[in-house]
Amino acid sequence: MNNIFVYCELTEEKLIADVSLELLSKGRKLANELKVKLEAVIIGSDLKDAESMVFPFGVDIVHLADDSRLFPYTTLPHTALVLDIFNREKPEIALFGATSIGRDLAPRIASALRCGLTADCTSLEIGDHFENKTQTEYKNLLYQIRPAFGGNIIATIINPETRPQMATVREGVMKKEVSDDKYKGKVKKVDVAAVLKDSDFVVEILERHMEASKINIKNSQVIIAGGYGVGSRENFQLLYDLAEVLGAQVGASRAAVDAGFSEHERQIGQTGVTVRPKLYIACGISGAVQHRAGMDQSAQIISINTDPNAPINNIADYAIIGSITDVIPKMIKYYKANSK
Amino acid sequence: MSFRIIVLAKQVPDTRNVGKDAMKADGTVNRAALPAIFNPEDLNALELALRIKDQRKDCEVIVLTMGPFRAAEIIREAMYRGADRGYLITDRKFAGSDTLATSYAISLAVKKLEPYHLVISGRQAIDGDTAQVGPQTAEKLSIPQITYAEEIPEVTDKHIVVRRRLERGIELVKSSLPVAVTVHSSAPACRQRVAKLLMKYKHARTVTELQNETKDYTELYNQRPYLQIDEWTVDDLNADVSMLGLSGSPTKVKKIENVVFAHKDSKVISASDEDINSLMKELIDSHVIG
Repeated sequence: MNNIFVYCELTEEKLIADVSLELLSKGRKLANELKVKLEAVIIGSDLKDAESMVFPFGVDIVHLADDSRLFPYTTLPHTALVLDIFNREKPEIALFGATSIGRDLAPRIASALRCGLTADCTSLEIGDHFENKTQTEYKNLLYQIRPAFGGNIIATIINPETRPQMATVREGVMKKEVSDDKYKGKVKKVDVAAVLKDSDFVVEILERHMEASKINIKNSQVIIAGGYGVGSRENFQLLYDLAEVLGAQVGASRAAVDAGFSEHERQIGQTGVTVRPKLYIACGISGAVQHRAGMDQSAQIISINTDPNAPINNIADYAIIGSITDVIPKMIKYYKANSK
Repeated sequence: MSFRIIVLAKQVPDTRNVGKDAMKADGTVNRAALPAIFNPEDLNALELALRIKDQRKDCEVIVLTMGPFRAAEIIREAMYRGADRGYLITDRKFAGSDTLATSYAISLAVKKLEPYHLVISGRQAIDGDTAQVGPQTAEKLSIPQITYAEEIPEVTDKHIVVRRRLERGIELVKSSLPVAVTVHSSAPACRQRVAKLLMKYKHARTVTELQNETKDYTELYNQRPYLQIDEWTVDDLNADVSMLGLSGSPTKVKKIENVVFAHKDSKVISASDEDINSLMKELIDSHVIG
């Protein structure tokens, strides 16, 4: 009762996904603050030893549902199993990755439990709330903090009455931190056959083509990111040229991806990946808060923009006022001539 | 029995053009202050529905939207592009609904349109980006869901095959009907208005809109009943008011902060050779690059 639950996703290699380990790390901290337990839900097939992957993150109890029909993920069986666990265990807080899976699963669960869910949180905190209308004091609520409305505001959302308090969080937003290598929790096995019905299998996967994330900009030390201001797919090539010279990766803002300048896998920001490189060069990016949410932890930021008033310039260490077609070739030229 | 597709669409404030008066004191959106557009991924959903209609003579495409009176604009827009008719769910009692209360209202409206085969909508709306209403509506209807669709290669009376666009690949799935599908922006763009349909539906109005017309439409509407866009209120849906609006919404907005960019000590430099070269020198010397 009243514990914190994290739904753990499996990768193609049947490892626990990074986003889930990040959520467990955050969940451990929240659990310490609330003095409750941290519990993990792992649903899949051939889950030999899956629990040992999460115990170092401070998990007290692992709920394992192991059945050949449970991998790859499909909505209805996973929904039924999570509901079965939640109905028995009555979580206080339930966290999901804001991924293809988490954003498919969490709303279905929230609807069935009639509880509140906040998508794509960039921060989670514990705090109190006083409701003026009913003169009611609420202690230790989960503050679910996210940019909203085109990034023009930051909203703090609470669910005073309903439990669990549910939230999804993007990969890379929370830090992955092992709390204790030797930590050992308990395992509870779910009786899968008793929970699932034939009607949970009306959606059938015919084919899958998964890539073990080909483009991975998350771990790159230097990122050259382009926005709508880059202007065209052709101009984006300049960013690749600079990236190749510097050994960097190319990222993009949502506007650039929407305009077709770059692939979705490269999107940085609230609805893309979150990055923390040593150097972030923002090319033709105005700097909407959703984009900023994905990169403002970068150690050093350089902006290249023709607009001296672009908001990105305010968080940049260096703001170069100029066009990328002018500036980038100069950077490449100097680097080639002067690097060892 | 015809093959009935219900397209869920939303009129959204164009979040790219937000002014100062965009938010009300209670943290909800002041829609009146913003330009309103057809939610982009809902247009992708409409296109996938119309492609099924292109293949099947017995197919009817119904647009369902929830919002203020002016949201009827997107129903007309959908009719100009090929939808057969539409319904506007509108009532002050819906105001302030979060995704749970919204999906409750939408699911009641969908049930009024039974028997249906397919409920299709955009993955998410640009004013919230939550992607929750599709799956939550599916749950309330007790039907399966297929999210992030980009193509529907096969439809029969009994099943549907959908190609899904996932973060790291694609998946081809088959589902029984009825099913709820949400559509990803990688699906084909929506076709443009058809001139013939624009002529046919340009006088389509809701009851509320007709009351504000100076011209008398009575005779025209007797001859062409298809011009009538029905409005559904809380009473029409037999909805439980406690499950709607702010009272039916478990999520509350505690606090809204306007975004103020924290000023760092930014050095502004020009694109001249000297400035770029000295910056690059500094980066190399400090081992940030190289």
